[in-house]
Amino acid sequence: MKVLQIISTAYRATIEEQDDTIVWLTHAMTGAGGDFDVLLTGNAVNYIAERQDAAGLSFGGWRQTQPPRIGRDIAGLIEKNVKVYVVDDDAHDIGLTGIGEISGPSRIARAEIAGLFESYDQIWRW
Amino acid sequence: MAKKPMLTFVLMDAPFESARTTTAMRLLDIAARRGYDINVFAYEGAVYLPFARQTQHPNAVHGHDTEEENHPLPKDWVGALIAEAESRGGSIDWANCGLCVDERGAEECVSGVRRGTPADLVDFAKRSDNTLVIPTS
Repeated sequence: MKVLQIISTAYRATIEEQDDTIVWLTHAMTGAGGDFDVLLTGNAVNYIAERQDAAGLSFGGWRQTQPPRIGRDIAGLIEKNVKVYVVDDDAHDIGLTGIGEISGPSRIARAEIAGLFESYDQIWRW
Repeated sequence: MAKKPMLTFVLMDAPFESARTTTAMRLLDIAARRGYDINVFAYEGAVYLPFARQTQHPNAVHGHDTEEENHPLPKDWVGALIAEAESRGGSIDWANCGLCVDERGAEECVSGVRRGTPADLVDFAKRSDNTLVIPTS
């Protein structure tokens, strides 16, 4: 069974979890033998920005030592042969024009999303 | 001498689910560092923020054992913020909505957190210079 994971909301608890929970889940389920791809849409397209840096958080005397590295985690999915699609319209809207991005994700136009769905048995929107 | 500000924050999100929790903690941290008197009314899922039984875990996806992953726990954030406020001459009066606690079995909390009721929020708001509500979506 092939599943497309749609991530449309970025940075949900990424500081607390030190990753994106759905990117993490996709890593874990791929490792467990699942067949997944990922579609980044909405503000989640920013996950392909290369220079994200959430380091330095502190509350009182508490310091974070392992901040999220979401670009690394997306690149890790691609290394595991998970296809990562990015909605080009959304990326363009926030100024991601191909510079300063991790390599590997495929751009897809919003008008092509319905056709993409045809390639999957199930669509999971998170 | 100017009166020390008092601020009230109303939190509603459960930990580990949204970016709002971290944003709220950042605001609390700023107020604590300024020595303000702070009230927090934790409502619904937010009563789990200071839940004492949160525990760290390893993260195989990151390739980290428990120590290296050093997973953040909001209960530690709450404790650190209370300590920070006190060290700066301020305070944090953190009230967990009691009925919300009962619904969730979340009565075990870190030191400095108490059980409260909506009446506490009314009192907080009346005594504060301002109140910020950070609701769930």
